[in-house]
Amino acid sequence: MKKQSNNIFKKIADKAYEYGFFSNVSTEIIEKGLNENVIRLISKKKNEPEWMLEFRLTAYRYWQTLEMPTWAHLDIPPIDYQAISYYADPTKKSKKQSSEIDPELMKTFEKLGIPLEERLALSGTAVDAVMDSVSVKTTFKEELKEKGIIFCSMSEAIQEYPDLIRKYLGSVVNYRDNFFAALNSAVFSDGSFVYIPKGVRCPMELSTYFRINAANTGQFERTLIVADDDSYVSYLEGCTAPMRDENQLHAAIVEIVVCENAEVKYSTVQNWYPGDAEGKGGVYNFVTKRGECRGNNSKLSWTQVETGSAITWKYPSCVLRGDNSQGEFYSVAVTNNYQQADTGTKMIHLGRNTRSTIISKGISAGKSQNSYRGLVRVSKNADGARNYSQCDSLLLGSHCGAHTFPYMDIHNDSAVIEHEATTSKISEEQLFYCNQRGIGTEEAIGLIVNGYAKEVLNKLPMEFAIEAQKLLSVSLEGSVG
Amino acid sequence: MKNETEYIKLFEENRNLIDSPCAALLNAQRPAAFAKFAAQGFPTIKDEAYRNSNVEKLFATNYGINLGRIKMGDNPHEGFTCDVPNLATRQEFIVNDCYQAEEGSRKSLPEGVLLGSLNTYARSHEALLAPYYNTLACNGDSIAQFNTAFVQDGMLLYIPRNTELTETIQLVTLLRSNIEMMSNRRLLIILEEGAKANLLVCDHSSNEKATLSTQITEVFLGNNASLNLFELEETGYANNRLAHLFVQQKGSSTFNHSSITLTGGFTRNGVYVSLEEEGAEANLSGLAICDKQQHTDNHTLVEHKAGRCTSNELYKYILDEQSTGVFAGKMHIYPDAQHTASQQTNRNLCLTSCAKMYAQPQLEIYADDVKCSHGSTVGQLDESALFYMQQRGIPKEEARHLLMFAFAGEVIDNICIDALRDRLHILVEKRFRGELNRCKGCALCKQ
Repeated sequence: MKKQSNNIFKKIADKAYEYGFFSNVSTEIIEKGLNENVIRLISKKKNEPEWMLEFRLTAYRYWQTLEMPTWAHLDIPPIDYQAISYYADPTKKSKKQSSEIDPELMKTFEKLGIPLEERLALSGTAVDAVMDSVSVKTTFKEELKEKGIIFCSMSEAIQEYPDLIRKYLGSVVNYRDNFFAALNSAVFSDGSFVYIPKGVRCPMELSTYFRINAANTGQFERTLIVADDDSYVSYLEGCTAPMRDENQLHAAIVEIVVCENAEVKYSTVQNWYPGDAEGKGGVYNFVTKRGECRGNNSKLSWTQVETGSAITWKYPSCVLRGDNSQGEFYSVAVTNNYQQADTGTKMIHLGRNTRSTIISKGISAGKSQNSYRGLVRVSKNADGARNYSQCDSLLLGSHCGAHTFPYMDIHNDSAVIEHEATTSKISEEQLFYCNQRGIGTEEAIGLIVNGYAKEVLNKLPMEFAIEAQKLLSVSLEGSVG
Repeated sequence: MKNETEYIKLFEENRNLIDSPCAALLNAQRPAAFAKFAAQGFPTIKDEAYRNSNVEKLFATNYGINLGRIKMGDNPHEGFTCDVPNLATRQEFIVNDCYQAEEGSRKSLPEGVLLGSLNTYARSHEALLAPYYNTLACNGDSIAQFNTAFVQDGMLLYIPRNTELTETIQLVTLLRSNIEMMSNRRLLIILEEGAKANLLVCDHSSNEKATLSTQITEVFLGNNASLNLFELEETGYANNRLAHLFVQQKGSSTFNHSSITLTGGFTRNGVYVSLEEEGAEANLSGLAICDKQQHTDNHTLVEHKAGRCTSNELYKYILDEQSTGVFAGKMHIYPDAQHTASQQTNRNLCLTSCAKMYAQPQLEIYADDVKCSHGSTVGQLDESALFYMQQRGIPKEEARHLLMFAFAGEVIDNICIDALRDRLHILVEKRFRGELNRCKGCALCKQ
């Protein structure tokens, strides 16, 4: 049985990365390298106002004083920041009118299953598609506008809503926050901007689809979501990249501001190219994601399914400033082959009666390393804070690693903090039990793993949950026996 | 680097003074350790292992170091008692950093057992100790290197094959001086195959002046050896302690360790256990009861290098007033250390809004067929339990004590010597009632 199950896993594990194709879209790429002129050029290409250029330059100057952090449980090969092109625009060289999109581009997103055309209105999701450095198209903009919701690309927002951008950009993730935040603040190209006005419940899921296409470029997108008082929005994010032998850099920032009584749900299915079975190629994913529950009774929920990327360095965090605010973090991180992930969350309790929940499920297979790193901080004035953290790891194979590094800094006597972690593997008994009842080994593994991750998958919006389940079955299995 | 430079200068200028009373074995290790210390300096809060414990500031005080080995105070063998009722112990003393030999005859130890001054035995039994001394601590952090560079004496306990010590050894470390004082102690404990021993180490202090002790303990357990090590800290708020305990365990050996911090100033206990062969078992537990400005940091690392080893950790903190508790525990499971069972529990009680707790229970696992878990909580006394007791006529303060006592009891109950366990229950209860503020010549212990 062991041999048979091994074969099945091998078959699944060997399944190629399905989004690894490259689109032959004519793309304008600027010279490699990073200096003040490059930043001025990016800013000029995007026709940005002076204050934006200043913002970038300050961040760049600060970045130059920093060194790449080494504290994560990751083995990161040295990155030559001068060998990367910081801006690639696939829309530019197209001879068509700007209102139309290059058919190649269109095809790319069709292939990825992203409904850019309104004919897919039934899918009920508004999409902002970002390829390399530029937002290609945002759908349903008009419909959303009627409700007063702003959903557009970041470049457009800088032109059209400078007041909002100036007020909120960098207010949650300051350019001084960390190495990659400083880099992103200096060179960020595009991303999505969402503003939900007071009292509006966003009628559809908003979604951004990120794709790195051009070679030797980095993607540095920036997303800003502002949910004003009493509003609600659910936001989805997906990402893929072509298969290449070189590593590609992705350093993004996501900032979320949640005002009084508002709620934001942010879901990610991250499926960047993870590199091949020998660990060659793949995307380096260094992301800073943070939301601030500024208002009382506000709620922010992060859900992530991490299956891609050669290296993941990502800690979606909640700053619970408002009284009675809530933060949630649900994560499934899967690593296979030579993938490395160091991911987790930070819950910073500042307001009174704040609550946070952390559910993290790590699954490691092959020769991968999977770490959970999380911080729960309760400040002196955060009376009545409550946190529950659960970090489980599932090991498939004897060459992988699963690690847990939780930090608890408690400065208040009324806090109730719980943390627990377990590590286990799929046992022969579990598989045998399923086999006995006529369930094939392949299916049994799927059942067990999906059951293990269910708590998190249940939090995903329906469409994503199905995609995530499929992704899990593809990227997981490979070395149980 | 200001604090370091003074010690670097001190070492370079007084090398002869440090070396002259010491055995060649101790002196031989100094240059390499000193070079490491000089390169690294004292740890700062930027070092991950010390991020919540600022040890740098401890070294800012201008301490005296007794490099000349001047005899200080009376021999504690005459007059000082720190006995545990109903338990016959063999008392050994280290005053500051000098081992105090007892004059006159004592009950003899089983044949082959060596117990006494490390410096003396390093001279007479150099060949025996050389394969052990500083072989574990040499990989330690800069505090361990600092100790190796400056250490002049300590205690040795050597137990030959299949020998069992029925009598519990009690080592009392006394801090006595009229000036700010630094002492660097070293304990070397070697249990050959099948040997068994109980060791109780009590820290006491009889002075008001600030002291800083660095203590390195190296423990080597042969196959099937078993050691119960209890450490009890009952010093004063001005007494700071930086202790490292390195343990190397061979097949099927057992190591039980309890560290109880009742009173003290700044305490850092590093416990590093390496389970090197199959069947080794390590049980670590700790209890810290802190108030005022007390700072207690327990830092543990258990390395499972072979399969079928077991480790259990239980650490509890009760933090009152402005005290700080730090717990960082890591379990490192090496590849191929299959069938490991490892569990870690950390529970903390914060009693005031000024008390701070930092907890980092960590797992690093590279093998798949293992059973590992950890849990950590921070909370308060159960309001409904307090209310229940008050309803039944128990005053609130008394009810609080009962609950805290029960909370602490779990750690104390792990102690396998009945008499010592009973004694600790009494000491902890006294501590809660505030009767055990300071140990003055251990007046309280005498009863």
